[in-house]
Amino acid sequence: MSGILLDMKNVCLSFFTPAGEVRALNNISFKLLDGEVLGIVGESGSGKSVTAYSIMGLTAFPGKMTSGRISFNGHQIEELTEAEFRKIRGIEVSMIFQDPMTSLNPVYTIGNQITEVIKLHTDKNAKEANARALELLELVGINEPQKRLRQYPHELSGGMRQRIMIAIALACEPKLLIADEPTTALDVTIQAQILELIMGLRKKIGMSIIMITHDLGIVASICEKIAVMYAGKIVEYGPIDDIFYNPSHEYTKGLLRSIPKLTEDSHKKLIPIEGTPVDLLELPQGCSFAPRCASCMKICLREKPVYTFINDTHYTACWLRQKEAFETETAHAVK
Amino acid sequence: MQLNNKTSNAAVTKKESTENRDNNAGNTNIMVEVRNLKQYFPVGGGIFNRKLVKAVDDISFHIERGETLGLVGESGCGKTTTGRSLLRLYEPTEGKIIYNGRDITHVKMFPYRRKMQIVFQDPYASLNPRMTVGDIVGEPIDIHRLASGKKERNDKIINLLEVVGLNSEHANRFPHEFSGGQRQRIGIARALAVDPDFVVCDEPISALDVSIQAQIINMFERLQEERSLTYLFIAHDLAVVHHISDRIGVMYLGKLVELAPSHELNFHPVHPYTKSLISAIPCADPEVCRRQKRIILEGDVPSPINPPSGCRFRTRCPLAVKRCAAEEPPFREVSSGHFAACHLI
Repeated sequence: MSGILLDMKNVCLSFFTPAGEVRALNNISFKLLDGEVLGIVGESGSGKSVTAYSIMGLTAFPGKMTSGRISFNGHQIEELTEAEFRKIRGIEVSMIFQDPMTSLNPVYTIGNQITEVIKLHTDKNAKEANARALELLELVGINEPQKRLRQYPHELSGGMRQRIMIAIALACEPKLLIADEPTTALDVTIQAQILELIMGLRKKIGMSIIMITHDLGIVASICEKIAVMYAGKIVEYGPIDDIFYNPSHEYTKGLLRSIPKLTEDSHKKLIPIEGTPVDLLELPQGCSFAPRCASCMKICLREKPVYTFINDTHYTACWLRQKEAFETETAHAVK
Repeated sequence: MQLNNKTSNAAVTKKESTENRDNNAGNTNIMVEVRNLKQYFPVGGGIFNRKLVKAVDDISFHIERGETLGLVGESGCGKTTTGRSLLRLYEPTEGKIIYNGRDITHVKMFPYRRKMQIVFQDPYASLNPRMTVGDIVGEPIDIHRLASGKKERNDKIINLLEVVGLNSEHANRFPHEFSGGQRQRIGIARALAVDPDFVVCDEPISALDVSIQAQIINMFERLQEERSLTYLFIAHDLAVVHHISDRIGVMYLGKLVELAPSHELNFHPVHPYTKSLISAIPCADPEVCRRQKRIILEGDVPSPINPPSGCRFRTRCPLAVKRCAAEEPPFREVSSGHFAACHLI
């Protein structure tokens, strides 16, 4: 059952802009199992969306994968041509975008946009596709589906549009659903509806999900594993309980300390992470987080940290986890 | 350790002062008061069949000196409109706004602008891209003639930038050279330039990254202590509002549905909307998430052009009864300092 659906190995991806090379992904490696829900968290510009886009081959010019391998469901992603990509997008992997207001085409009806996917990827005729579209709208909990099929996106609310996006994404029951901040543009009560919908559908269809978000609350409530990203690198990866109760990267710790919790009953001061996110045009020589890290050591400025395994599934890129090795190293140097 | 002591002390004093203020309520301790505020906007149609959006419909509350009142609700519930009407950035349709005991609903606002300021939501859109940061922060100083000469103006600007964690060399730069968090700091410096005593913070952190949000929240708290400011803090993130506010008001479709001290509201909400709002927030703690029972609301927020009769929440309320459609629930005190508008309490 739990085969490996997606395997990213040492993926580096850069955008070649007039200002210089923006290193959006630096050595990303992780595996996603069948039916697993992975959360990717990080601030804007940390490369969480680009990671997901690279799986779908959506990082076109000026983006270029400079090294690494991505295997997904028997495909070698980096070798696919655009025509081959078209055959897997929508069927094997599909995506829900952040902004439901702009990601639906305003000049086509809802019905048009859902049946397009079905007609493109299956041999259903127009009538069958229409029936499937109706079924999908019911599945995502939209009332009066018959009427909605003839409506245009502007006639629907944000929550409804996001449901339509989900219906389109699930039209062909993909193996992997990538949800790129699917609820950021929505209100909390609508967010709760959408999250519940996604998780309910996952049980029905049995797909894997990559949930991209900056909200640690969402991750805590629906994900099984978390990848924390900073400056285009996965700085910590592991099961949610390990990440939340035993965080081992200073950035993860900082993030957890800096969010106010509703459950706290006395007024505690928040401990923010000082400084601002690093400029991807000029990544520091050592650890990218070092300039903001309170426990930065000399080696952090000099060398990029390697992964330390805390247990089988929990690993982190922080020199502090290898303090002993590093201390003996300095001791040698002093001698 | 010392730091810990300090913060817990600060927390205690904050609490104590809230209690003190509660005792003297009803006299000069009230900074801003809103009575039966209504704010309608015309939409669509011609002259004859003009429709009205009732953005804010008959709300009353007061804010005490040195207090932070949080205002939460979903988009379109009228929280931003309330903040802006309060500063008379909109002309209120009906109702009274009282600042420091004086009715300011129909007076010239110029002298009051020195005392009441606002920090806007979007740090990308609220700074003029053609002005240097120094001029942006200096503009209120010029308008209100708070500096006697160039040197004093300059000193004031640099001082303000330092107060918000920027430095003097930033004064000659333009807004596009700054990150979101830094821009928000500039917006705050501009609001503080006239040395106000009341600041409306309209979703000041929702456009910022998580790691930056905490920096700005802490700065708001520090400034409040240093300059004894009073805040109306508007946000949709209940966790943030709970953290920073002394009391919280919850709005739904232009109405205030519940108002209570923030601790009370969070742990003993009485209105069904507040309850579902709190339960809908995913808590950043997997254990709590597993235990948490969510109340998932059906449907969307109805249109404010044609709001439901009676209680406006009834269309989504899991507990709604017949009476809710017929009668509008009054906003009444359910326990000391805890107000709510619901028939079922």
